[in-house]
Amino acid sequence: MEEVARERSNLAGVRHILLVLSGKGGVGKSTISTELALSLRHSGKKVGILDVDLCGPSIPRMFRVQDNSVHQCDSGWVPVFVDQDKSISLMSIGFLLENPDDAVVWRGPKKNALIKQFVADVAWGDLDFLIVDTPPGTSDEHISTVEALRPYQLLGAILVTTPQAVSVGDVRRELTFCKKMNLRVLGIVENMSGFVCPHCSECTNIFSKGGGEELAKHAGVPFLGCVPLDPQLSQSLEEGRDFIQEFPKSSAFPALAHIAQQILDGTSQQSS
Amino acid sequence: MAELADGPRPQECPGSSSAQAGRAAACQGCPNQGICAAGAAAPDPAEAAALRARLRAVRHAVLVLSGKGGVGKSTFSALLALGLAADQAKQVALLDIDICGPSIPRMMGLDGEQVHQSGSGWSPVYVEENLGVMSVGFLLSSPDDAVIWRGPKKNGLIKQFLRDVDWGEVDYLIIDTPPGTSDEHLSIVQYLGAAHVAGAVIVTTPQEVSLQDVRKEINFCHKVKLPIIGVVENMSGFICPKCKNESQIFPPTTGGAEKMCQNLNVSLLGKVPLDPQIGKSCDKGQSFLSEAPDSPATSSYRNIIQRIQEYCDQRNFQEEKIIYERNKNVVHV
Repeated sequence: MEEVARERSNLAGVRHILLVLSGKGGVGKSTISTELALSLRHSGKKVGILDVDLCGPSIPRMFRVQDNSVHQCDSGWVPVFVDQDKSISLMSIGFLLENPDDAVVWRGPKKNALIKQFVADVAWGDLDFLIVDTPPGTSDEHISTVEALRPYQLLGAILVTTPQAVSVGDVRRELTFCKKMNLRVLGIVENMSGFVCPHCSECTNIFSKGGGEELAKHAGVPFLGCVPLDPQLSQSLEEGRDFIQEFPKSSAFPALAHIAQQILDGTSQQSS
Repeated sequence: MAELADGPRPQECPGSSSAQAGRAAACQGCPNQGICAAGAAAPDPAEAAALRARLRAVRHAVLVLSGKGGVGKSTFSALLALGLAADQAKQVALLDIDICGPSIPRMMGLDGEQVHQSGSGWSPVYVEENLGVMSVGFLLSSPDDAVIWRGPKKNGLIKQFLRDVDWGEVDYLIIDTPPGTSDEHLSIVQYLGAAHVAGAVIVTTPQEVSLQDVRKEINFCHKVKLPIIGVVENMSGFICPKCKNESQIFPPTTGGAEKMCQNLNVSLLGKVPLDPQIGKSCDKGQSFLSEAPDSPATSSYRNIIQRIQEYCDQRNFQEEKIIYERNKNVVHV
């Protein structure tokens, strides 16, 4: 029965699904989702991003496609493509709002209903990776997303944190969530890890240092790397530019490329 | 209160507590129409009375909001509470309604504390004699415990925090919220209906990715008729401790909070620069204001706290004036 549903579903052509999670807000979940998609595309992969942050969608802006809207086709909603080659496709509530400043003042049940629709009704076509960007927390959106995706090729979750204890504490709770939901943890990324002053090259750990790595060790999950604070990265995201293409010499680039490589290695191991 | 069925709600839902609940045109076909029409979803009058009785003792409730996560809501809430409590004559309460990611216990140096039950309800955890704190963090037994709850359970706990915590007479109730415009936010505004709500302080960082969420939060405030005290721009520039040059780590590509406040006609309470000591103090549970009294960030925080205090006093004065005018009229009639 489940098998039949899977065959006919819109996710039938998606090879791997991965979730980007964090207990804490503003640590860079959407940034990591965006840069991971760009890096995977760089390696020739077709990637989709599903943004289930319904109250604060950031993905459309980060690709500078916030003015696009979603169209209908026979098999459901057509995602928004960021380029001519259709190598990255996006779905977000941001494309469904009449006015970009409209607040989505919804309680849980309405959010859950839209997430179910996002999982069932988006015509993704063939994708190598579907990255699911989530809001902070361990509540309605997270439970509904994991439940709705369970029948499909759910690879696992990447957890994002910033180095300071206040953030690591929330991500510890997210790890418990993964355990309870039987969700594989692919690894932890430590974002905003140190800032190199562009004037004197002095490195300052604005949000401390090492918390993510320590947590990974403590929890026995892989540590995927530290991404430094890089104004070129925040600037690219503000302007919707392809950081991976344009700033290969920047300080954040090697870290982001390394994370994508580990994800790719993980999947090739799995298939061989 | 009856549990509402899981499912989409109508676009123009009048709200389960409205007189129109279950009877409006939009209710046709809603899975909850029966429950709402029977009045089962409306607040229980006895419960509402208990909530009112407890909240009458609060003079100014201030909500700290942001559409975006990680912009510094909890840091600001903690420092606002500490700053206001510096005046020994004032009684301050700090309530953390971020149920899935409570940061307040650690920031206040109260990690591992537990809540005690007394005859008159739950006792808050006291940092100082005049500063009490409540958070879901005090109810968890291990730092690994995750609160994996859907909306209704979160709402239930928020109501308990307001109704069952023995806050006593309070001058300022500071409420730290999670990011977004969903269950927690709707519930707190609904439950605070019985209280003297001064308004909301909205925290943002300078970049557009954050501002776009904050504009949604401002629209939320308008929708639920919550006055906005003003906006705080956090992480606004970073001064290198070595060369003293400033960098924009989160660049204000669309003019930052200043431009947004002008466009939306809300006040900008101030800008706080990034200072590595802020995060360190929060991690250690120490007050940044007293740890780094000479930092530009401290003086900026202090200015903002003072403006909020003035806003509340002003509001108080106006309310007293209204009462006075009303009484005067009574005498004349």
